[in-house]
Amino acid sequence: MSSDVPTTTSTITAAGAAAKASVAGVSPTPGVAKPDPILTVDHVTRRFGGMTAVDVQHLEVQRGIITALIGPNGAGKTTFFNLITGFDKPSSAPKLIGGPKAGEAAKSSFNGNEVGNIGATKVAKKGMVRTFQLTKALSKLTVLENMRLGAKDQPGENLLVAIVKPLWAKREAEITAKAEELLARFKLLEKKDDMAGSLSGGQKKLLEMARALMSDPVMIMLDEPMAGVNPALTQSLLGHIQALRDDGMTVLFVEHDMHMVRHISDWVVVMAEGKVVAEGPSGTVMDDPAVIDAYLGAHHNTDLGDDSLLTDEVAEELAAEVTAEEGKA
Amino acid sequence: MDQFLTTLTSILNSAISPQTAALAIAAIGLNIHFGYTGLLNFGQAGFMLIGAYAFAISIIGGLPIVLAVLIALVAATIFALILGIPTLKLRGDYLAIVTLSAAEIVRMVGRSSLLTNVTGGSNGITGNEYRGPFTDLSFFGDGHIDFGPWSYDATGSNGWWFIATAWLVVALLCLFVWAIMRSPWGRVLRGIREDEDAVRALGKNVYSYKMQALILGGVIGAIAGIVYILPASLQADSMGRSMTYFIFTALLLGGAATVFGPVLGAIVFFAIRLFVQGVAGQFVPSNIMNGQQTEQFAWIVIGITLMLVVIFRPQGILGNKKELSFDVK
Amino acid sequence: MRVWRLIATIMLILTGVILALSLGASPAQAATAPPLTAAPCATDDATGCLQGTIKLPNGDPAVGIELAITGADLDTVAVTGDDGKWSQAITVAGPYTIELDTSTIPDGAVLDSNAKNPATVTGALNKNTGYIFKIVGGTTADDGTTTQTPTAAAGTGITFDRFLQQLVSGIRLGLLLALAAVGLSLIFGTTGLSNFAHGEQVTLGGLLAYLFANVLGLNLILAAIISVVICAATGYFQDALIWKPLRRRGLGTTQLMIVTIGLSIALQYAFQYFLGASTVRIDQANPVTVALGPVTLSAQSLISMGIAVVIIALVGFVLVKTRIGRATRAVSDNPSLAAASGIDVDRIIRLVWTSAAALAGLSGVLLGLVLNGVNWQTGLQLLLLMFAAITLGGLGTAFGALAGAMIIGLVVELTNLVLPGDFKYATALVILILVLLVRPQGIFGRRERIG
Repeated sequence: MSSDVPTTTSTITAAGAAAKASVAGVSPTPGVAKPDPILTVDHVTRRFGGMTAVDVQHLEVQRGIITALIGPNGAGKTTFFNLITGFDKPSSAPKLIGGPKAGEAAKSSFNGNEVGNIGATKVAKKGMVRTFQLTKALSKLTVLENMRLGAKDQPGENLLVAIVKPLWAKREAEITAKAEELLARFKLLEKKDDMAGSLSGGQKKLLEMARALMSDPVMIMLDEPMAGVNPALTQSLLGHIQALRDDGMTVLFVEHDMHMVRHISDWVVVMAEGKVVAEGPSGTVMDDPAVIDAYLGAHHNTDLGDDSLLTDEVAEELAAEVTAEEGKA
Repeated sequence: MDQFLTTLTSILNSAISPQTAALAIAAIGLNIHFGYTGLLNFGQAGFMLIGAYAFAISIIGGLPIVLAVLIALVAATIFALILGIPTLKLRGDYLAIVTLSAAEIVRMVGRSSLLTNVTGGSNGITGNEYRGPFTDLSFFGDGHIDFGPWSYDATGSNGWWFIATAWLVVALLCLFVWAIMRSPWGRVLRGIREDEDAVRALGKNVYSYKMQALILGGVIGAIAGIVYILPASLQADSMGRSMTYFIFTALLLGGAATVFGPVLGAIVFFAIRLFVQGVAGQFVPSNIMNGQQTEQFAWIVIGITLMLVVIFRPQGILGNKKELSFDVK
Repeated sequence: MRVWRLIATIMLILTGVILALSLGASPAQAATAPPLTAAPCATDDATGCLQGTIKLPNGDPAVGIELAITGADLDTVAVTGDDGKWSQAITVAGPYTIELDTSTIPDGAVLDSNAKNPATVTGALNKNTGYIFKIVGGTTADDGTTTQTPTAAAGTGITFDRFLQQLVSGIRLGLLLALAAVGLSLIFGTTGLSNFAHGEQVTLGGLLAYLFANVLGLNLILAAIISVVICAATGYFQDALIWKPLRRRGLGTTQLMIVTIGLSIALQYAFQYFLGASTVRIDQANPVTVALGPVTLSAQSLISMGIAVVIIALVGFVLVKTRIGRATRAVSDNPSLAAASGIDVDRIIRLVWTSAAALAGLSGVLLGLVLNGVNWQTGLQLLLLMFAAITLGGLGTAFGALAGAMIIGLVVELTNLVLPGDFKYATALVILILVLLVRPQGIFGRRERIG
């Protein structure tokens, strides 16, 4: 794994360029087919009482790129995330009795496997690992123990093997070495023996991301990775996310802060009121009238953030948006 | 001064008595549930009772002692499965209520007059009916052995043979808990205690681990039941809800999620009770507090001690505040 | 400093409770007729106990049964007390013969034909040796021959009349249970705390009523009102002196729950300290019975049920119709949201504690009147049924608690139709476990609550 973290997001790496190129020819319409989808979701709906929180009929996520899932608060992004990762069950899930019709039942396949209805544990085992909006660092375990917990294929996690240390000591050493390497990359190595609970909010986010990487995931799902993070750390977090893609992972992340998304995502999916209303390359999707209507329309005071983060290209886009909004008003 | 010596002697005697060992063993089992995994098992006395009945009835039925112990362990496993299957996927409170209820059901059924032929109803089973095979195993001879301040028969029902085996079991279980809790298996349990969703997101089967912990702690509870009845008699009411509360008190006193906490806690638990009883008996005139009342006064002090420990020193005597076992913000 | 203030507070409360009880405790022993209370037998190195409990076929204790005990140097008669218990101290280990005087068995019941009488037991020192005589339904003819009612194991068999009788008893238990359970549920809803000491609040109510009515000789209604007011005060001060400071300290709900277990242990033994293990009856006059068709009820039962219905309806009205009730439900739903919308959450919780303790106390008073009496573990036995009721109804929903309590009450009493009394609580708990399997959120709980 590369340990050089890009510090400015305007640096476009070769992998980044390739990622953008892989979806260059895809038409920016909701539910469009991708050349090489790693995740395909069909007919996923979730109702709470009378309210429909999520209703996604079809969505594909391209392999090896950073896809951002954005939308205003309450758009159903996190619920959708929970549904894909098995932490929640779709209302449209197939049932033994009285479920939806065969063609309309929720279905999702990941990397060639059916992952609808198998539960969070198995989804994670298939290589789709997630983080949480409110960090779930295990606060009374040390940072290093948190990392070790993330690794898979641990013989010592079987009760009968666990009793005899020599049976798992070798794998434990490998895991520890890998954990330390990752901690060094995420600048947490000197904290390895501290309780995770003593870390700052941003460090917990980093730890959670690093812990997810311990299992060598195929796809990593980040739920609002930037929420509650000290702005000084945001830059480095964005760099880490890009580095994941550059290492060949697929990244899907939820964010409601738009300007974060522009810099690093190769493809953007926009949700509003539970539905996918638009998708496309980050450069162009913001111009979609549906997005402006659903998203910007609700947030006239979009925070433009730190100007130093903005490339000229992005600044132009924002200008275009402002014009579009004024035109509407 | 005589009174003081009597109290001291009775504390010393209780410190090594098989009953104290039994409480320690039950607390070791509960430690796996509550201390390490965060499972709220309020039916540990039920596990003890299941183990005790299965053992005693098997012996009376003519089975060899090894088989009788094995049956007790299997019975506890089945009991754990019955309790765990419906509740371990739900919020923790449900396990608490179900274990509390199930332990009471075991007690009520055990003491029911319908089963007098099998369980002895509310009279229970006297020790002589099942103690024989165990006493026969003794190689301590028939004499009387003085050791330090203690003087007991070598083999008799409150003799060294019973004391030695009980504490040997305690020592072996401590070693076992130490071995498994430093392993990756123990790490997963501690992770579940902190946040089971985070562990699920890392691809661990949380349900299976919780079940393993419930069974393991329950089986240890059954062993405690056997140790508890061997030198005494089997009475359903002696292993009721109060017993569960005392096990909790001992565990928290010594320190949850520590290897020796349950053992120290059990010894201290009895010591506090006898000390208070002794002091009250000596210094409070008997027209204010009679013999019966000093005993009850000691229990009141135990109740208040439990409150104070949980409030001011939740990590117990041996615990480390930083890696406390239960939710303290 | 705060630490010591807390310790002092807890001690103060307990001393208060102990003092309050002790005011009447010593005369209490004198007030209950001595021959009917079995002298408690305590074992030590030189003493052993022979003991047992005799129950009537309906599960009530059999009072005043005489047992002739002979053996070693002993030749005496033991008599069962108000709780059906008898005990006899022995100073020599060895065989003893116990013979039950069948003429002391009340009408309508006989000694089980399978029972050995006289029976021989082996007494040991420093040990309790139990023996149980089983009494079943039946009649004794003038010449002394007995006829046992055939379906002895299930009481008196299932007839429609008996079904109705048990049904009404079930409603009665359900209503009294609901009184106590609603408070437990409100506390859980507003603070997330499972209060294991709630049963002791019920016991406290019953014991206080006994103290005022019997020991101090007040009018029953006045005694009941004073008891409920004192119970309400214990709720108020508990929250003010223990629970609110602990919430401020940021104790988690698991920690708080274990604190309530400690409190429960301390209170149980405090009750025993003053009262011993005996059962006290609040109203010792023979109850006036009222027959409603095939159903016979004591006047006290009818009045108690009436009071329970009125109070429960009042609680429901307050929760649904008044500002304070809506605020309470808002706090149950989401405390931080409620706080943000201007509700004084601490005030609501104080109110909930106060009324929960008052309701539990009232339940204790009524139970003391309706059942045969109150003892130190009356509430303890009820606590599990309360938990079962609120889980069944859906944790934290007040109306669920009401419905759950009615179901539990009916199940407990109707079980008596087909199974011996030992099983009546067990069935209720089995049903609880079965319901959790199918519908974990309870009958009225929302699915989202399980998380």
